[in-house]
Amino acid sequence: MRFSGFRVIKEALSGHKGWTPHWRDPEPKSHYDFVIIGGGGHGLATAYYLAKEFGASKIAVLEKGWIGGGNVGRNTTIIRSNYLLDGNEPFYEFSLKLWENLEQDFNYNAMVSQRGILNLVHTDAQRDAARRRGNAMILNGSDAELLDQDGVRKLYPFLNFDNARFPIKGGLLHRRGGTVRHDAVAWGYARGADIRGVDIIQNCEVTGFRTENGKCLGVETNRGFIGAGKVGVSVAGSSGRVMEKAGVRLPIESHVLQAFVSEGLKPVLPGVITYGAGHFYCSQSDKGGLVFGGDIDGYNSYAQRGNLPVVEDVVEGGVSLIPALGRVRLLRGWGGIMDMSMDGSPIIDKTDIDGLYFNGGWCYGGFKATPAAGWCFAHLLKTDQPHETATAYRFDRFRRGYMIDEKGQGAQPNLH
Amino acid sequence: MLINHPLLGPRDAQEFTYLGDAALIQRPDWQADDAADQFHEYLYLRDNPAGLHRELWFHEAGDRSWLVVTRNTVTHEITDVQLARDVARNEGRST
Ligand SMILES: Cc1cc2nc3c(=O)[nH]c(=O)nc-3n(C[C@H](O)[C@H](O)[C@H](O)COP(=O)(O)OP(=O)(O)OC[C@H]3O[C@@H](n4cnc5c(N)ncnc54)[C@H](O)[C@@H]3O)c2cc1C
Repeated sequence: MRFSGFRVIKEALSGHKGWTPHWRDPEPKSHYDFVIIGGGGHGLATAYYLAKEFGASKIAVLEKGWIGGGNVGRNTTIIRSNYLLDGNEPFYEFSLKLWENLEQDFNYNAMVSQRGILNLVHTDAQRDAARRRGNAMILNGSDAELLDQDGVRKLYPFLNFDNARFPIKGGLLHRRGGTVRHDAVAWGYARGADIRGVDIIQNCEVTGFRTENGKCLGVETNRGFIGAGKVGVSVAGSSGRVMEKAGVRLPIESHVLQAFVSEGLKPVLPGVITYGAGHFYCSQSDKGGLVFGGDIDGYNSYAQRGNLPVVEDVVEGGVSLIPALGRVRLLRGWGGIMDMSMDGSPIIDKTDIDGLYFNGGWCYGGFKATPAAGWCFAHLLKTDQPHETATAYRFDRFRRGYMIDEKGQGAQPNLH
Repeated sequence: MLINHPLLGPRDAQEFTYLGDAALIQRPDWQADDAADQFHEYLYLRDNPAGLHRELWFHEAGDRSWLVVTRNTVTHEITDVQLARDVARNEGRST
């Protein structure tokens, strides 16, 4: 079924009786050409592009729970192409361009909203850094505008501009950045993949790999063995747990990141803002809730829930930037498990085991990457060559000394 | 989280900073033939277990000692805390 305005009207007039499930619920077959582990945004996008752009067939996505129950359903939905380094920015710009056409491409309303992202600056040094980053973005085909204090005041008059310690001096505005309805991204890719014959198998947990003479033959699951020509692992926060079963140690630690949403308010925040003096960022959802977050908790965790000190830290940052926030009630908070890599950048690469491929290390920034990560992982799976925008995302960059460390923190995952 | 410091008793985890896996105590020999490989593993690769994890915490806002904390990464429960100095000596490190 194709979705359209006409269809919505037709269904409205006929009691909404014509809608059908968006994807099938197939039994796993004994063998596929491509098995993707992980039904998050990345795994589903990989299957979608494999089928649609790379002409592959006999594809399955195996998800241990329900699709979209992982980080793709837990993130704060921000998409942007505002990275500094060469290994990163062309990839994120490719991703943003895919977002811009995604809803037409997979015929699903993902509520892509390019409402702009403003990174605030509070010191002269931060302004210099913002100017440099903005230039790097423009050189890679993205957009950036440096605003002075008046420019920021026009957009967000209610911020705490004249704070004695952290006055707002301006900000770097990335107009094409914004937010997307995260669940709909998972659903849209799932539906698009399903239409093209991909089997999306939920409640199917991969418990091991079958390998012979250094080649991966398939995966063991709680629903039996599934043979595969090629296996792509795309399990985000579970990367360590899953790859351990193949005997692969990763340059990754799992950490918990929390996020929060307030009660619904009238429209107050037109775009996304990030605080430059504390760790706090915020946008307003279409339902009216302020969606915000900050730092990871900072210690290895698989708990999908965080602790109170970070709640306090995030809220302090929020109230010091937007004093009016003190009046707002918090509705919910939650946590997701981040695959924090050693340099803060991801990996899309083959492993030493023939036929086993890995996509992970996305840290807290993999949602915006979803379309490009899916495309590039599909490219690698099908052609055995990295996509031109993902050539830097190799395992061996640590050994060779080619880290992509946006923050310049070194091999310390909890600081990225 | 509360960390039961061997010298100071239960302390709020906020007083500490976190470094990572306590395997970092065992720094490779820089003169070994395969030192480059060993340091690559030491610096960049992690076991990252779901379950018990021995990890290094630094009592930055306290007595500035390093601790080895055994903590469950699934429940956050802490089951053992020792001075990193003692652990390192027991593992055969002299300094
Ligand atoms: C609070 C929070 C805020 C965030 N904010 C942003 C943001 O604003 N912008 C941004 O770009 N990114 C953000 N992120 C990061 C982003 O959500 C992730 O990097 C991205 O979603 C990871 O890719 P994914 O969607 O494929 O992961 P997931 O949705 O986690 O998919 C992985 C899937 O693998 C499945 N799986 C695991 N083990 C197995 C197994 N053994 N067998 C089968 N299946 C398995 C899991 O059940 C899961 O569904 C945020 C994350 C969090 C938690």
